[in-house]
Amino acid sequence: MPDQALAGVTVIDLSQDISGPYCTRLLADCGASVIKVEPPIAGDPSRRSGPFPGDEADPEKSGLFLLLNAGKKGITLDLQSQAGRRIFKQLADKADVLVENFPPGVLAKLGIDFESLSTMNPALIMASISYFGQWGPYRDWDATDIVAQATGGLMWLTGDPDREPLRLPLPQADYIAGLHAAVAVMCALYHRDATGEGQHIDISVQEAVASILEGALTAYDYSGYVMKRAGSRHQQKCPSKVMQAKDRHVHIQSGANWDHFATLVEEPKLMQPRLASILRYRYADEVEGLIQPWVAGHIAREIFEKAQEWRIPAATVLRPDELPDDPQYKSRDYFQAIDHPAAGRLTYPGPAFRMSRTPPEMRRAPLLGEHNGEVYGVMLGLSRDDVVALKEQGVI
Amino acid sequence: MSSDSRPALDGLRVIDLSQIYAGPYATKLLADMGAEVIRIECAARSGRGGSLPRMQPGGAFGASFPDSDTGERSYNRYAYYNEVNRNKLAITLDLSKPRGVDVFKRLVSISDVLVENFTPRVMPNFGLDYPVLKSINPRIVMASISGFGQDGPYRDCVAYGEGIEAMAGLSYLTAYADSQPLKPGVAYADAVSGLHAAFAILAALRYRERTGEGQHIDLAMREALTPLVGEAIADCAMNRRIARPMGNRDRAMAPHGCYRTKGDDRWIAIAVASDEEWRALCRAMGDPTWSRKAKFATMADRLKNREELDHRLEEWTIEFDHIELMHMLQDAGVKAGAVLDTAELSADPHLNQRSFFEELAHPEAGTHRYPGVSWKMSQTPGRLRLPAPCFGEHNRYVFGELLGMSDEEIDQLEREGVTAEEPLPQPDV
Repeated sequence: MPDQALAGVTVIDLSQDISGPYCTRLLADCGASVIKVEPPIAGDPSRRSGPFPGDEADPEKSGLFLLLNAGKKGITLDLQSQAGRRIFKQLADKADVLVENFPPGVLAKLGIDFESLSTMNPALIMASISYFGQWGPYRDWDATDIVAQATGGLMWLTGDPDREPLRLPLPQADYIAGLHAAVAVMCALYHRDATGEGQHIDISVQEAVASILEGALTAYDYSGYVMKRAGSRHQQKCPSKVMQAKDRHVHIQSGANWDHFATLVEEPKLMQPRLASILRYRYADEVEGLIQPWVAGHIAREIFEKAQEWRIPAATVLRPDELPDDPQYKSRDYFQAIDHPAAGRLTYPGPAFRMSRTPPEMRRAPLLGEHNGEVYGVMLGLSRDDVVALKEQGVI
Repeated sequence: MSSDSRPALDGLRVIDLSQIYAGPYATKLLADMGAEVIRIECAARSGRGGSLPRMQPGGAFGASFPDSDTGERSYNRYAYYNEVNRNKLAITLDLSKPRGVDVFKRLVSISDVLVENFTPRVMPNFGLDYPVLKSINPRIVMASISGFGQDGPYRDCVAYGEGIEAMAGLSYLTAYADSQPLKPGVAYADAVSGLHAAFAILAALRYRERTGEGQHIDLAMREALTPLVGEAIADCAMNRRIARPMGNRDRAMAPHGCYRTKGDDRWIAIAVASDEEWRALCRAMGDPTWSRKAKFATMADRLKNREELDHRLEEWTIEFDHIELMHMLQDAGVKAGAVLDTAELSADPHLNQRSFFEELAHPEAGTHRYPGVSWKMSQTPGRLRLPAPCFGEHNRYVFGELLGMSDEEIDQLEREGVTAEEPLPQPDV
């Protein structure tokens, strides 16, 4: 196996649910040694969220947990106990990176916040992900993904203009925060490699979401215009819309060349100067009305293929379950079957990107406490008896 | 907190050939952290929209220019471009001309990273595929962002973010329970791809520091987005169940949704994750009779009866201002957030106290506030140092100071059309 990009980086992952685990999953894919710390018995809440094979809840078979924690080592540790916190400090002392997503203040109460940990290990990089950040008036507010999508501006911009704002499906705000955290951790590692200095990173889910609104916030500052949700249309481009083809929905938009688009949809009326101009979005209903008959008369596959011949970026609306059968994913071996001792052989979406020298790699998720022996015994040098005793005391 | 004397990515030089949003979002993250990002734009395909006639075009597009006025040089005044390209430099270079390719190769030889998001046939057509660039600079990290990847049957397919969202299963789920597929209100696939690309670049740089070797990153936008719908794919893999759009509802939480409040088009998102939180919400509502009914007592009951539950809750929320209600519910221990529009977000006291927005003076767009650095760092906070570059603004600096060309040589490039003063008109922005 080739050396991986992040070989030699040790990450302690105290995070739960989605945002932190997606961050550390990226680090694990690139070869970092990620040690996931879970509370004894209960484990990460995502072990309880499913989906489960046959809908039978089992903490070792939760699809969400298995996806987000692929390639990590799993240990159990009770941070509520003094012994647990002592061991945690030993772990943090050996770590390059620590990722956590508890509500702000939780680790400080336990005496394991950045200030105390970095005194022992000044090179430590700690990323704290929370819904509203580590300080400021909303610091102690609690939230879930939908609240972050609402307070980050994404929800206002999504959905039908005549109906309620719509949340993006699945916890996308949490993923977006985890992604920003992963980039921030890598920037901090870059700085540490140059200077030896660790640091604390404060990632607010609200701010991560507000960062990806394209130009909507800037447009407001430029002109006072408040952009609003536009259903399946694009805010500024026309045509750009989900339409019903003969067999299923497609996403229709024009490419760089308007004559090519008019030729594709066999509608010369689109070439009137009024509609051939970039200002055609003023007549969006009319433009879409001229396109719809051609779209409705063709099957999606044909639309995709014909459009691509003209370099027009039309697309098919696929259901998630259809993805593994798609020829492009197949050709690139994107979906990977991975065996797991409890959940069996399942198909997972592969790493999110390819690297020519250090290809990211997916391995299976850990069982609860699977690596206690390796981490406490080998890494921290505890004796077998100590490990047994800690287990009996419920510390691990 | 230390001063910003040494930014996190100090000394890193990035050549940015990318356009629209995915690549530029990746390089924004690097630029905010102190990398020197040099955008390369050409007159025919500037990636920032063409030169529009001066006008006040109205609508969301027109409003993307300061005072809704395109100005003399619209391409220097576009909000979309100016937000994501702050902290970067820009030069013009035509890579379809041999002299342009020569200059580009010289830039590669003094840079660390190259980011491009053309379709995969473009760079080889310029004679600038990875093996060529590697022979010039073995340490270069090249990131190629495309819709579907550098190989496979869809390799040459064109795609924008909306198409990728459709083909990755996201648009299908972005819908009300009874509606057709809609789309995310922002270029979501682009942002997700840019984030993954920035991560991959920094991982490759760390490998380079250890080994001296650069590499090529192949990021397919669809493959970067797909893990984010992984939960729905897993359910199908495990149970052959086809995911259905759920609107604002949740599998495990009720109430969970977006509820109308006082005022026109004002809303609040509320999520109740446990019975304890439900009791907190009931107390905040003053324990109305309906809320005490057995059919709402446990999470299982509420999930079963959520139609009525949502209706009852909305009868209550409609009496309140959405922002006041957010404060009231949060104080009562309920997870709630007003659906903030861009004006409210700009005024949000929390974001402002955290200095999320930063002001920049742009020579052609004026002084405005922009969403700032996406996270806070204790030692290397980063900041908005430079406004987005005007077209070709840094030709003299890059060609003269970095590449050591004489003024005469730079003028020659312009006479030959290798560099340009302004972009050509372009139909699509």
